[in-house]
Amino acid sequence: MQYLGLYNYWIAVILMMTGFYIVISSGNLIKKIIGLNIFQVSVFLFYISIGKITGGTAPIKTDAASIYSNPLPHVLILTAIVVGVATTALGLSLVVRIKEAYGTVEEDEIHSQDEAW
Amino acid sequence: MKDQIVLRVIAKLFIPFILLFALYVQFHGDYGPGGGFQAGVIFAAAFVLYTLIFGLEAAKKVAKPNLVQVLVAVGVLLYVGTGIMGILLGGNFLDYNVLDHHDPVHGQHLGILLIELGVGITVASVMITIFFSFAGRGQS
Amino acid sequence: MIHLLDIILLTFMVIIAFTVVRLDNLFAAIVLTGIYSLLSASVFTILDAVDVAFTEAAVGAGIATILMLGTLALTSAEEKVQQGKIIFPLMVVILTGAVLIYGTLDMPQYGDPKAHIHQHVAPRYIIESPEEIGVPNMVTSVLASYRGYDTLGEVTVIFTAGIGVVLLLGRSRRNKSKEKDER
Repeated sequence: MQYLGLYNYWIAVILMMTGFYIVISSGNLIKKIIGLNIFQVSVFLFYISIGKITGGTAPIKTDAASIYSNPLPHVLILTAIVVGVATTALGLSLVVRIKEAYGTVEEDEIHSQDEAW
Repeated sequence: MKDQIVLRVIAKLFIPFILLFALYVQFHGDYGPGGGFQAGVIFAAAFVLYTLIFGLEAAKKVAKPNLVQVLVAVGVLLYVGTGIMGILLGGNFLDYNVLDHHDPVHGQHLGILLIELGVGITVASVMITIFFSFAGRGQS
Repeated sequence: MIHLLDIILLTFMVIIAFTVVRLDNLFAAIVLTGIYSLLSASVFTILDAVDVAFTEAAVGAGIATILMLGTLALTSAEEKVQQGKIIFPLMVVILTGAVLIYGTLDMPQYGDPKAHIHQHVAPRYIIESPEEIGVPNMVTSVLASYRGYDTLGEVTVIFTAGIGVVLLLGRSRRNKSKEKDER
């Protein structure tokens, strides 16, 4: 029964590893960025699970509640989400330029075009 | 997609409400969930919807790209300006207590309002600019 | 009841993530990523993180999906079918996952109010913030006032990303014939 308390963290680790697997094993650049997004969301899940207090409520002060969940991880993850979308946007624009320069977004074809120079 | 009458009518009905909701989220970020980032993204989503239905040319007439690019910098300047105001009035950088002589808590409110406005303006303008760049690339 | 909802949503997220690994069609993968972000926003609401859920739903399921679909339209790619070489990445991933799970065995129980991270800084913010700042939303007061300097860095990151995208994609494509003339 004690290990049921760690279910959230293990799911976060499984999702992290799935995203990691997509990044390292996929040859398509867009698929890699999708894997990176999955990885990032699983990290957010991990942090927010740490901040939850049983019986607590959202950290907005009302008269009806006395226990609030920890607001500090929420602030960190807000920043992380925004930074994540910034890097995704830049990565996707680089993919568009690579496609225009090489004609493909598959990693092995790009490498073979580079070695043929 | 302009000739699809259902899409056109529904988009024209929805877009004002989306913009209004974005303003609501921006200014009620103190009392409920919300704040600058969420409001900026929702504001940009209204412009994305307009672009999808009516085309990039019409959208660029509504939100002129040069103006939007200037607004990107205006938001950051507003944020840093509030911080420098704190120095000019005698406190530290980004110290909101000194923004109001009589009541520090009121000064905090004012400071938070100003910087969330700066964040909202920058995020909305950046999202619109990024979307226009992606959408405008395919046409030679 | 809440725990049951939590477990069901997390299981759906794992199923979606595994499906994205196996898909070849990039359009389906992008739509599934949008659904994944939406499910994660629901899980964040169950975990009392309403501000984070709002931002993740707007940014992850909205902007990221739109940008990926735009990239797909500009590159018009289908993923090539994988040939072999999945053993080595699988071994690396399983090894890293095992080490991480071994690391989580030391962590405090999920939801424990006596865990270390709830002891020092967080109670001070929760107790003092309504009087010092006067704003009911504690996440906004920490984000904008106590940690306002970090938020300035975040706005600068968004600004830089916007400038980067304009530099990379701002001008329309030069015609191919013009480039060949210049060579």
